[in-house]
Parts: sequence; C-alpha cells; structure tokens
Amino acid sequence: MKIGVITYPGTLDDRDAQRAIRLAGGTPVPLWHDDDDLKKVDAVVLPGGFSYGDYLRCGAIAAKAPATKEVIRLAAKGLPVLGICNGFQVLVESHLLPGGLIRNEKQHFICRDQKLRVENNETAWTSLFEKDQEILIPLKNGEGGYIATDDTLKMLEQENRIAFRYVENNPNGSMNDIAGITNERGNVVGLMPHPEHAVEAGFGPDTPTAMRSGIDGLLFFESVLKMVVNS
Amino acid sequence: MKLFNQKTLEPSGVDTTDNASTEPDKEQPWQELGLKQDEYEEIKNILGRRPTSSELAMYSVMWSEHCSYKSSKIYLRQFGEKVTDEMKKYLMVGMGENAGVVDIGEGLAVTFKVESHNHPSYIEPFQGAATGVGGIVRDILSMGARPIAVMDQLRFGAPNHPDTARVVHGVVDGISFYGNCLGLPNIGGETVFDSVYQGNPLVNALSIGSMKHEDLKLAKASNPGDLVILFGARTGADGIGGVSVLASETFESTGPTKRPAVQVGDPFAEKVLIECCLELFHSGVVAGIQDLGGAGISCATSELASNGGKGMRVQLKNVLLRDESLTPEEILMSESQERMCAVVPKKRLKEFERIVNKWEVEYSVLGDVIDEDRLYINWGHEEIVNVPPRTVAHDGPVYERPVAYPAYQNELNENSSAKLPRAKNAAELATQLMQLIATPNQADKSWITAQYDKYVGGNTALSMPDDSGMIRVSEESGLGVALATDANGKYAYLNPYEGARLALAEAYRNVAVTGAVPRAVTNCLNFGSPENPEVMWQFKEATAGLADACLELGIPVTGGNVSFYNQSGDVAIYPTPVVGVLGVIDDVARRIPSGWQDDGNNIYLLGTTFDELDGSAWAKDIHDHLGGQPPKLDLAKEKLLADLLHGASIQGLIESAHDLSEGGLGIAVLEASLRFNVGARIWLGDVLDRDGIDQTSALFSESQTRVLVSVGREDDVKFQALCDARGVPCLRIGVTDATSGLVEIKDIADLKLEDIRHSWSGVMSGLFG
Repeated sequence: MKIGVITYPGTLDDRDAQRAIRLAGGTPVPLWHDDDDLKKVDAVVLPGGFSYGDYLRCGAIAAKAPATKEVIRLAAKGLPVLGICNGFQVLVESHLLPGGLIRNEKQHFICRDQKLRVENNETAWTSLFEKDQEILIPLKNGEGGYIATDDTLKMLEQENRIAFRYVENNPNGSMNDIAGITNERGNVVGLMPHPEHAVEAGFGPDTPTAMRSGIDGLLFFESVLKMVVNS
Repeated sequence: MKLFNQKTLEPSGVDTTDNASTEPDKEQPWQELGLKQDEYEEIKNILGRRPTSSELAMYSVMWSEHCSYKSSKIYLRQFGEKVTDEMKKYLMVGMGENAGVVDIGEGLAVTFKVESHNHPSYIEPFQGAATGVGGIVRDILSMGARPIAVMDQLRFGAPNHPDTARVVHGVVDGISFYGNCLGLPNIGGETVFDSVYQGNPLVNALSIGSMKHEDLKLAKASNPGDLVILFGARTGADGIGGVSVLASETFESTGPTKRPAVQVGDPFAEKVLIECCLELFHSGVVAGIQDLGGAGISCATSELASNGGKGMRVQLKNVLLRDESLTPEEILMSESQERMCAVVPKKRLKEFERIVNKWEVEYSVLGDVIDEDRLYINWGHEEIVNVPPRTVAHDGPVYERPVAYPAYQNELNENSSAKLPRAKNAAELATQLMQLIATPNQADKSWITAQYDKYVGGNTALSMPDDSGMIRVSEESGLGVALATDANGKYAYLNPYEGARLALAEAYRNVAVTGAVPRAVTNCLNFGSPENPEVMWQFKEATAGLADACLELGIPVTGGNVSFYNQSGDVAIYPTPVVGVLGVIDDVARRIPSGWQDDGNNIYLLGTTFDELDGSAWAKDIHDHLGGQPPKLDLAKEKLLADLLHGASIQGLIESAHDLSEGGLGIAVLEASLRFNVGARIWLGDVLDRDGIDQTSALFSESQTRVLVSVGREDDVKFQALCDARGVPCLRIGVTDATSGLVEIKDIADLKLEDIRHSWSGVMSGLFG
C-alpha cells in the first residue's frame, strides 16, 4: 500500500509522516510539490510545517502547487487525503474543506500533548477508532484557531463532519472546540494536532503508564491502510 | 546608513588600491570602525601602504573582538593544550572550525556548538534571538551535518522590572518563530532571572547536527581553479557594522555612525537553504563550505582562502543585492542572513546549478581560487582589495590584557551565609520551600518551552523539563546523544575558577543522570569588558577552571564562543560561563526521566550533603544574600557518580534520576514529584545523622555531586550493592506514592501536589501573560 507524502518548500514533518506510514505497515512515497505526478499512490498525506514560509496566508501558496492541484482532482474521485496542521491549512485554502484557520487565541505558538475526542469514526482516516474515543496526540501550531460562518458550523455539526474535538482544553480558540473536520464523502480529513508524532513508543506524548509512550496516532494510518486493502 | 560618507570617499565613489598608493596620507575613519591606533598602523605595515576603504572595512570587522578573539585567544589555547590523547580519541574536529565534531560510533558523528547573540537581543529582542538561532544552525550545517536540534540559554533582568517583559517576549517569540519554522526540535536550555542582566540580557543558542563520518566538510578553498559561489538570500543592508560595533562597545557610547544594525531573519529561506545544502553535500559537488554570519563576505572569503592556504579572486559586482545602492564596503560587511559560500570544482558547476535551481535558491559565482597567497577583490574593473588572506582571517592582533584581582573580592568571599538565620521550625522550612519553588528561577518554565516545537523530527527522547535533552541519531540502532548546558553566574561571581568547574560538573551530571556517557564539551563564555582588568581576571580564572576540570573529567572542549562587553554602564554581568556537555547513549530506549512515575519505589539520595548555603537559591531568594564561597567540588567523585549511573542504567536498575542543583534537595524532590504528578514520602533523619547537618542544610544546601534516584523494590538489593561496590554514598530517604497526592517530608511538611503545582506553574504566565 503506497501512501504519498508531499514536500513543499518549508514542509517540516514530512519525514515524520513517512515514518508513521512505515510503522503502520504502509509504504511511504515522497512527492514533490512541483510535480503533478502522484505516482499512483493509494492515499496522500499533506504534512505539517511552514510551506512557503506561511507567506500570504498559511497554506495559501501550497494550495496552488502542481501536486496539490492533482490532489484536489483525485480527492473528488475518492482518494483518501489527510492534512495535518499546515496540511489542514492547505486543504482549507484548496477548498477541499470549509472554514479557515487563524492565529491562536493567545497569540503564541503552542506545543502540548492534547486530548481529542473522535466524533466521527466513519472517515477513511478514523475507522479504527471507537466513536467518542478519547485520544492523546501532540499539538503544535501558531495558527490553529478554526473559524467558519454560522451556517458552515451548523452544516458541519448536522452532517457529522466534525472529526475531532478538543477535550478539557481548547488550546487555540477554535470554534465549537473543532480540532479536525472531514468532507462529505469522508475521504478528506484535516486536523491541527499531529497524529504522526504519536506513533512510536519512546517518542510520543507522556501517558499515565510511561514517559512518551503514547501511540494513538498510529490508528489514523492503520485506518486508511485497512480501507485501501478492503477496497 | 552609510559608513563612508562623502568626506571619506573618493569622488568616483570607490577607493581603489591605486588610490591607496597615490594618496598615501588620506585620512581614514579607522577609529569610528573600532580599530585602535596601533592596529591601524599594523594594517599599513602588512600592506606596505594605507588600506583602501574596503580593506579597512574588512580588517576592522575581522579584527573586532567578536571575530578575532583578540583578548581571549591566549586563554582559549589551554583548551587545546590541557588534553590527553585519550581525550582526543573521539574528537574528529577540534577548536577553530565552525563547530567541533565528535565521533559517536557506528560511523556517525555529531557536531555541536553554543554561541551568543546577547547585544542584538537587547536592542531588538525578536530579531536578535531569531538570527542567533539562524547563525548557530548555519555553523552546524557548514560542517556537513544535518542540524537535528536546538537549545537556548537565556538570562534576563529582574522579572518585575518594567523592561524585562519586552525582552522576554521578544526573545522567546524570536526563538519560537525561527526554530519552529526550521523544523528543529528545541530540547532544552536554561532561563535565569537576575537584575545583573537587566541592561544586558544573555541569549545563547546551541545547535547540534549529525552526519556520517565521510560527510564531514571543512571551510577551506584548497584547489586553484575551483569556483567561489555565494548562494542563498540576497545581500542587503542588514547588520552592516554589526560585528565590530556591537561586540566592541557598550551601548551608551554608540554615536550616530555606530548605530547598531541588527540583522533580520527569514527562517523559511534558511530551511530551504538547509535542505539545498544537504543535497549539495550528498551529491559531492562542494569542496569547501562556509556560512556567512558575523563579518559576512569579508569573513567567508578570507577564511576559506586562509584555511586552504590559497588565495582567491573575487568580483564583488557579482554579489546579488537586495539594495542596489550598497557600496562595496557595505557589501563586504553586510551580515544579511541565510547565505552560504561554497567552493565548487568548475566541472561540477552544472550539477550545482541543477540542485540550487530545484530548491529555487539564488546563487552567483563570485570568483575562483588561485594558487597565490593573495585575496583580490575587484569592483568592476577596479581593484579594491589586495591582501594576504591570513592577515585578515587569522593573524589578527592578540592582546594580553591587564589582569587585576577585584577590589571587592575578599569582602565578597568573607561575607558568608553562615550569619543568616536558619529556619526556626518546621512551619518556616515548609514556607521557605514553597517560596522557593514559586520564585521565577525555580518555577515551571513551560510558558516558554510550550512555545517551542519539541516533537518535530520524531527523534526527541528527552526534552524539558528533564535534566538533559536527548535525540536519537540512528533509527536503526537507537544510538543517540544527550545534551545539557549549565552556568551558575552567582557561583562564578563568588569564584570564577570554581564557578566554571561547577558549571561543567552540573552539565556533566545532567547528562549522566539520563544514562548517557559524557563525551565532549562546548562553551559560551559571557563576560564584561576585557578592558576592565577585574573582568579579565574573572575570565582568566574561569577559563583555567574549565580547562583543568575538563582534563580531570577526561572530556575535551570541542569549540565555543566568547562574548565580552556584557555590561551596562560600568556594571558588568556576573561572569557567566555557559558550559554544554554532550553525552552518548547506545540506545535511547534506556534513557532515564527526571521524575518518578510508579508507586512504591524507593527513593535514594546519592552523594554527601555539606552545610553549603553560600551562593544558594536559599540565600539569594529567601535572604537576599550573595557572598562567601560556592560549594566545593570533587571531580573524582563526580566521575564515580556518573559511572555508577551509567552502570545502573545499563542494568535497568533506575526508574528516575534527577540532579540536585539550585534549591538543593527540597526543590529536587518537588520537581521529581511534579514531573509525572506522583507524590512521595520523604524522611531526612538519616541524612541529618550521617552528614551532621541541620534541616535547613538538608533541604537547601547546594552541595555538589548529588542525585535523587528512584529504584523499583525488586532492584533494591542490586542497586545498593552497586553503590557500595563503587563507593558512592547512598541513603534511602523515601518512597514514591502515586495515590496520596502529597509530598510528605517527615517532621517538616505535608504538601499537596496540587498546591505545589499551582504555586510553581502560574509564575511565568502571571509575570508575562
């Protein structure tokens, strides 16, 4: 199973996303922003970072990259796409997902271990979670405050398109505690927190059992691999 | 800002070597550029004529304190002299290069270095701190390594001073902005508040990189015919004269032509440059590489040529500019960030171009390497520089500055803390402990560290608040490195020789408690004005102390940085020798955290406690007292303790280990409990009896070579036997308690963990929002 990871200039967590795919049992395929050949991958991850230095708006320039245009085209046909942090921002700027992301409420970049609730376990990237399961994965962003119009928020709530909500602490002032959302079809998911940083014991968040042992993020990648196999 | 106004320029606008010969007596602004009379005479001596204005610019900036180490050189030599062959065993590149390189086994090496960006960070905290990170990362990159982590050592003024928040916000935002955007995990550092740093905060930045042995690169141009290529960001007016002005003078004396110019950083450009450089290195097209930092093109061209024992011919008009109005002198001195200079064989140019084009990085060929001991720089058809490169880069002036034992020193050392009142009862001890944990220096620093990305890269095995940062270098084997930096300015003020040794010992211990084996040292020596003989005495003492201690511990200094002129008015900062120790761990999976997580484990205190409260947090923060002598240090015992920790870690006997430092045992117990929110029951009776001390000392003494460890009950016998066998004093002083939510210190205090956390965690956000 091949999962592509796009590298834009300024992408930072691409190698981490590749590692996560490997640990989940998939084959990571590096993709280059300037190349619209997605190499026949079965799914695509848009990783975190500061693509194009966050110039203009976070994700705005990356949304126009040749590779992204191809992602947009194939997403309409059902290609599973996961946007993490800056990748989420790219998905929003590409209009694959609605709403926008603004500077954190307290103006600071924030890096912390964040509890989330899985609100929708019927997407390509969440099917192995239980509904309402609480998970712990790192969050690190400067512009992670999710905003949308009242109508959009209402639509997202009604159509069960909120994939993840922040639990206990809303770190960035996101509306309705939204940490991640999905498109109607469930193949495109974007979230601010970083599942690829909770995939390997020893390098994830602290848990009540042991230091840095949290691997809740692995299920994102295992979910999509399972889906690809089943289709 | 024009450094050379109409008065000092030729009518044509360019001062050529021809002019220098035909108008030998022209008046030149050497003084304004920070040169001394005899230095200017020496330049004329070297050239056999007056320098051109471009040559003057180059010499002035390269002979500044910051670039030439002219006041410190004679003392820094001992780091290369006080070493044994055994110490050099793992040293692949020592002092003098951009950063030292250390063999860590498995064909891998790491390079690490800490550098100051103090003065710019006071003037413009955000950009000062940001470009501090950018600069040190380029140093690491220029060794051929992929940068893998950063750390920062910060010292600010009094927390409640009206100006402190400006500096704190700017510096932390700057580090966060730049480091996060580069994708480098920030794995640790220090934050200290003290009014001595009010007008002169310290912003030191450390970076570490890893590489395969064969990827090592050096900054030299040794093959005639090779091309000299400048690539990365364009050259602009930022930081012109920054080096000589900022590092050579105090702020008060900056006149209009000396207005310090702080560089502006673009981390996106640097991130792209890093990836581009790594691809260039990988493809083997680069024969030599040098980053551009202080002194810009002046430094890069002269150092590359001098290091290679060759010369260079440069066309300065080929430099890509951001501002077309820059004069040649300004181009030579510009400290624009995110630039690198590569030496590339002619036949590899095409491949070089392909890679930089892929990364959309701009470049221009400046010239070529020549088989002649000369650096020629042309501005169009006119020659503006014609110098022996070594005289610019390496043969700068060397001073043996006057040294004087400080007039205040005896009085300071006689003013011991012995006269301070000890706590009268348990309640007062408990109050003092809670007071200390809530002082800005002991309080939770996560308000700062939460602004840094510690996860990126996926190899962070330890980070704040553990005692060291730790990074996995090999994903296959788990091989990794631990890094800790320390400096206690109060100790160094009381006794600079001992203070430097103590800084080394603490960093060494902080690495050892994680289970890693200390292997190499870096340093950033922050001092006042070298023109003050009392400061120079502090420097002399501190460097001797550090070199002696490294020799005794058997770990070499691999490189470092000196920052002088850290003072406002006549008041110098405490001498602050920041010492970084690098350790190696064969598998990061066995690293040890600083706090206990399991219930019912035994808590041991390793080491002996003496009545040592001089210079302590207790003396300063409870009694506003600083005097006496810092704690004594026995490095043979320090080594023994580190060996024990390593042995115990290999056998998997230790669940947690935390170094005792500022605030003593009391603070260490609270920190170890706060780490995973697991309480403890502690008794001090045996310590009092064995060591003959009172409760105040037991809780707050800052005696060295002590560590707090927790051990699973099943490993108890083995662990104690190990301590006995190695002769490390070991006393069971408590047990961990995951259920009570309390830290009970028998006969002294029952403290609720939530109360401790509340006092500890709210301090920074209370002060800075």
